[in-house]
Amino acid sequence: MDFLKISNLSKSYGGVNANSDISLSIQEGEIVSIIGPNGAGKTTLFDLITGVTRADSGSVRFQGTEMSHLPTSDIAKLGVVRTFQQTKIFRDLTVLEAVMIGHHLHDSTTLWQSLLANRAARDQKQNKRDHALEILEFMGMADMRDLITQNLPYGEQKLLNIAIALAVEPKLLLLDEPAAGMNPMESLRMLGTIRKIQETGITVGLVEHNMRLVMNISERVFVLDYGELIAEGKPEEIRANHKVIEVYLGRQASA
Amino acid sequence: MPRFAPKGILILAALAMPLVFNEAFYQHIMIAAVINVILAVSLGIIVGYIGELSLAHGAFYGIGAYTSALLMVKLGLPFVAAFPLSVASAGFMGFIIGIPSLRLSGHYFAIATLGFQGIVVLLIINLVDLTRGPMGLPGIPSPGTLNLFGWSISFGDKLPFFYLAFAVMIVVLILVRNLLRYKFGEAFIATREDSLLAASLGVQPRNCRMLAFVISTALAGAAGSLYAHYTMFISPDSFTLGESIYLVTMVIIGGRGTIVGPLIGAVILTGLPEVLRFAGDLQFVIYGLMLMLVVIFLPKGIVGLVDQFKQRGAPLGN
Repeated sequence: MDFLKISNLSKSYGGVNANSDISLSIQEGEIVSIIGPNGAGKTTLFDLITGVTRADSGSVRFQGTEMSHLPTSDIAKLGVVRTFQQTKIFRDLTVLEAVMIGHHLHDSTTLWQSLLANRAARDQKQNKRDHALEILEFMGMADMRDLITQNLPYGEQKLLNIAIALAVEPKLLLLDEPAAGMNPMESLRMLGTIRKIQETGITVGLVEHNMRLVMNISERVFVLDYGELIAEGKPEEIRANHKVIEVYLGRQASA
Repeated sequence: MPRFAPKGILILAALAMPLVFNEAFYQHIMIAAVINVILAVSLGIIVGYIGELSLAHGAFYGIGAYTSALLMVKLGLPFVAAFPLSVASAGFMGFIIGIPSLRLSGHYFAIATLGFQGIVVLLIINLVDLTRGPMGLPGIPSPGTLNLFGWSISFGDKLPFFYLAFAVMIVVLILVRNLLRYKFGEAFIATREDSLLAASLGVQPRNCRMLAFVISTALAGAAGSLYAHYTMFISPDSFTLGESIYLVTMVIIGGRGTIVGPLIGAVILTGLPEVLRFAGDLQFVIYGLMLMLVVIFLPKGIVGLVDQFKQRGAPLGN
C-alpha cells in the first residue's frame, strides 16, 4: 500500500487548470520534491492534499484513508502536516509559545480542566512545554525560545515554521518552499535539517525552487508544468529528462 | 507567596473601597464598575482573542437582564436559579447567532452583530406583553437576603450587593484567565493570527470561534442578571448599540488581547463620566477623542503603554 496515493486529482480556477489529472504516490520514509516553474500548480497540489482547497475530482489517500473530503484539521490529525510559504506567523508570541501551539492535538485538556486550572491542565501544559523545548533543541533554536517570533531573522523564521509543524508530530511533512529566499549558508542548514527530520522517520514532501537543494536531498522528484505532471523519477533522471529541460530552458534551446 | 501579593493587595483595596467611600453615590459607581468589568473582560475574549469586533455585546447583556428579571417577576424563581439561567440563555443565544455570523469575519462579522443588536432592541421594545416595551420593566426583586449564622444580609442594600457583584467578577476573571491560559486560549490565538495555519496544526478554527463566542456572551448574561437585580428596573435604553460601542471602547482603550486591559478600560470609562460631569454633552466628544488618540498612539491600549516601559527597563535578550 502506498503511504500517500494521489489519483487523478484535478482542480481548475475558472478556465485555468491549476492541477489536471495528477496521479502520484509517496512511499513511507522518503524525501520527494515537487518542482516546476512558477504557476505550475505545486502549491495548489499541497492545498488539495491538506484540504485547504477542495479538489474538483480525484482522490487523496493517506495510509489507505480517503481524505479529499476531510477538513484541514482532520487531515492534520491523520498525520499530514504542511508549512506555508509566509514567515511572520504568530507574530506576537515567543518562539516557545508558537511551537507549543503546534502540539495542540496532543493536548487532551478538556474545557472543564482548563476552566478549573487543575492539575491535569497544568500537567498537560508542562508536557507541551517540554515537547516544544525538545523540538527547539532538535532544530538548534533552543537559545531563541524566549524571543518574539517577529524579531527572528528570516532564516530562523523559516525554521520556526518547520518547528511548529514538527510539534504536531506528523507522519508526512509537506514543506512549501522552505529554502525560498535563503542564502547558500542558510539553505545548507535547511538541507541538514530536512535530512535530520527524515532520520526521525518522518516522510517529507517538498515544493522547492532551489535546484541544488532538491537534487541533493530528494530520492524522487516530480515535475509539474501548467498543472500537469510531466515527469517523475530520481534526481539524475529528471536532470536528463528532455521535457523537463524544455520546461525550464524553453523549447528553442532543446530544438 | 510573594507572586500573589500585588494582586491580593489590589483586591483588598477594592474590597475596602465601598467602606472608605461609603456614600451611596460612590458605591453606585463601584457597582457599575464591577458590572462593566465583567462585560468588558467577556467582550475582550471576542475582540482580543478571536480578533473579531462584536457590536452585539449590549444585546447579550440585555438578554441576560431580561431573562433573569422575567424569571423572577413572572415565574417567581429565586435569584440562585434565575442567575445561572440568564447566563445559559445569553450563551444559548450566542450559540444561535454564532452559527451564521461566525462564518463571517472582519467587517462582515461586525455588521452581522450590528444587525443582531438592532433586532434584540426592537424585540424588547415590541414584545410589550412580555417586556412592557419602552416603558421598561419595574419591580424586579433584589437577589434577596442571605441568612448566615444568624446574620441576615440583604442584597437590596448597596454594600452587600457590591460584594456579591465583586465575588461574581472575581469568579469571572479567574475563569477567563484559566480559559485563556491553557489549550483553548492558545487555540484562540492561533485562529486569530492565521486560521489556515491553525487548521493545518489540527486546531478547529470554527469550533474555537464558537467556544469563545458562547463563553463571552454567556458572561455578558451574568452581568445582565446582576444589573437587573441591582437597579430593579430595566428598559431597552440600557442595552442599545450605544452600550455595545461603549463596551468596545473599554476593551480598546484598556488594551485588547489581555485580560487586565479590558478591566482597566472598564474602570476608567465607568469613573470618567462622573469626573467629566461638568462638561455636559462635551464628554462624548472627549471619549471620541480618547478613542482616536489611543488607536493612533497606543494600538495596544493602556496596558501596551505599561509593557513598553517594562521592556525599556529590562535588559535586552534576556
